[in-house]
Amino acid sequence: MRKFILQGLTSRPLTEPAPGPADADIQELGRALQTRLRRRLGRSLSIRAVDAGSCNGCELELSALSNPFYDLERFGLHFVASPRHADVLMVTGPVTRNMREALERTYAATPDPKWVIAVGDCGKDGGCFKGSYAICGGVGAVIPVDLHIPGCPPTPTALLQGLIALLDLSAPRRSAT
Amino acid sequence: MDGFTPITPERLRSGPTPRRIARRDDWANATEALAAGRLTLLGLWGARGAVHMALLDEASHSLGLLTLETEASFPSAALHHAPAQRLERTITDLYGLRPEHSPDQRPWLDHGRWGVTHPLGPAGPQEPQPPYAFLPVEGESLHQVPVGPVHAGIIEPGHFRFTGQGETVVRLEERLGYTHKGIEGLMTGASLARGAELAGRTSGDSVVAYQWAFAQAAEAALSVTVPPRALHLRAVLAEVERLANHLGDIGAVCNDAAFAMMLAQCGALRESTLRATATAFGHRFARDVIAPGGVTRDLTPAGAQGLRSLVAEVRARLPRLIALYDGTASLQDRTVATGTLAPALARRFGAGGFVGRASGRDFDTRRDLPYAPYDGLAFTVPARNDGDVNARVWIRVREAEQSLALLSQLLDTLPNGPILTPLTATGPAEGLGLVEGFRGDILVWLALGPDGRIARCHLRDPSWFQWPLLEAIIEGNIIADFPLCNKSFNCAYSGHDL
Ligand code: SF4
Repeated sequence: MRKFILQGLTSRPLTEPAPGPADADIQELGRALQTRLRRRLGRSLSIRAVDAGSCNGCELELSALSNPFYDLERFGLHFVASPRHADVLMVTGPVTRNMREALERTYAATPDPKWVIAVGDCGKDGGCFKGSYAICGGVGAVIPVDLHIPGCPPTPTALLQGLIALLDLSAPRRSAT
Repeated sequence: MDGFTPITPERLRSGPTPRRIARRDDWANATEALAAGRLTLLGLWGARGAVHMALLDEASHSLGLLTLETEASFPSAALHHAPAQRLERTITDLYGLRPEHSPDQRPWLDHGRWGVTHPLGPAGPQEPQPPYAFLPVEGESLHQVPVGPVHAGIIEPGHFRFTGQGETVVRLEERLGYTHKGIEGLMTGASLARGAELAGRTSGDSVVAYQWAFAQAAEAALSVTVPPRALHLRAVLAEVERLANHLGDIGAVCNDAAFAMMLAQCGALRESTLRATATAFGHRFARDVIAPGGVTRDLTPAGAQGLRSLVAEVRARLPRLIALYDGTASLQDRTVATGTLAPALARRFGAGGFVGRASGRDFDTRRDLPYAPYDGLAFTVPARNDGDVNARVWIRVREAEQSLALLSQLLDTLPNGPILTPLTATGPAEGLGLVEGFRGDILVWLALGPDGRIARCHLRDPSWFQWPLLEAIIEGNIIADFPLCNKSFNCAYSGHDL
């Protein structure tokens, strides 16, 4: 353990400086995001991930945003455990009929104002599961969606780009209820 | 063997898979052999007008397929052999065929929300379902904690009903099916290409394993010979996938024991693995690289070089992480003697993968029902008997090391030549695929109709035989150790719910 800490103090962190062109992108994206967050919210952004029946591929990439290469938190983004703490719901999967009510209740539990991002090709319209008796056919079929991030699954970079695009959109939604 | 013709691995891997039409007493004999521990249940699934059972004889490394034709009901295997329970409940949900005298007749995947009943059988309008009846628990000062389907982290949905006495869990009951997408329904009538697409989206962490198992089933049905280079590349893909998952999960288990540094370190190695996969195969999870007949994308020298660097990087950094895990008393305090799975139970359920191998069930499809190219590669299958969280972590560490060794071998001996045998789907024909994914053996049974389209495709995730064991091992542990136990199993939700 001590070795690791010493090494951590004496060597460069994995996140900085960017070792490759791809990571330079991440830095840039992260800064863009940070600037927008300061301007729009004046604080960090809390995200709640909701799996509405995905194949778990989208979850893997959402989780990857927290690994040392992307380290989302340094740009002022974090995943929270409860929808009550969230500004944004990132919803994955074609929304299975068995998850519909859970998604609706999660949305209702998220305080206004809030944004919803449909993540992945499934989240748009059911993706490759379109036409099945068991799905609702995308996030938008169940709750209002502000932005869709395509991909199967979207890469961490695409997810970051999506979050930036979201902050460039109009104000977060205030639901009627 | 008890009522069926044994299929040897050579036979399994070389052509259409025979199955035997069983009489009711053959079915009963097979069930008896399962209950007596002479055979292991590999799968049990429905079709229109029939139920199928796949059995494994571990002693002789052979397997068998039985079919019982029925329009209404069949003798329940679950009555004598608990691992069949959820599979039979699923048969009823999807096909309306009923297991006779089954001990548990509650629906499993059908939550009463599909708008239809028995969607793959004689479909009818949705009937109202009573609230799900969790098993009754009786005793003094018990309390219940319901968790899910929406969980706190970035994880898949499922419901856990804990009954506790103080801190101690006296019973856990799982309720799954939330991610049921109707994959087997979508398979019916689909082309092989579409089937491969769906197989690759069954469980996002096992893209390669599922697409390989599906391809195997199709190639067996059509007696197609896959070019050697393609087989090698498939194994490269499979070992990279295993490595990525093992690395990620070792870190995640430690994180659930409040040791975040391992998560960060292992997460970085996992990310390197995904990036090397993207460079070599064009996608971080190698989606749609494996296709029936071979692979769709060749490995360039640059891609191979990237994989070699990856192997070198992980080889250099993994030992220090292992030493850190091994040398941190506070971490060991959480993982040793927590969530112990008894070897007898692992055997009875035919638990595959690291769950089985950490509890004495020394079975690995790559070695025991060998398929190319593994039959020509040198590797060992780690196994131990202690069966706790710690044992499962160690098995995964050892398997990660084996994957590194296999990757080096594969890259050194990569044959030249074509990567895809063009195939024409014709039927009727049937084939079985069995591949060792990172969680264990994935089974795919494929029946092609006369038009060459898919008449029935069944995908069986290893989690079917691991989820019930999670219920068993948590008993007597404190509720706070559940995330740790759960992560150490890391069962699939989507792969199970289909
Ligand atoms: S978009 Fe792709 S990765 Fe995401 S849930 Fe759907 S199938 Fe899985």
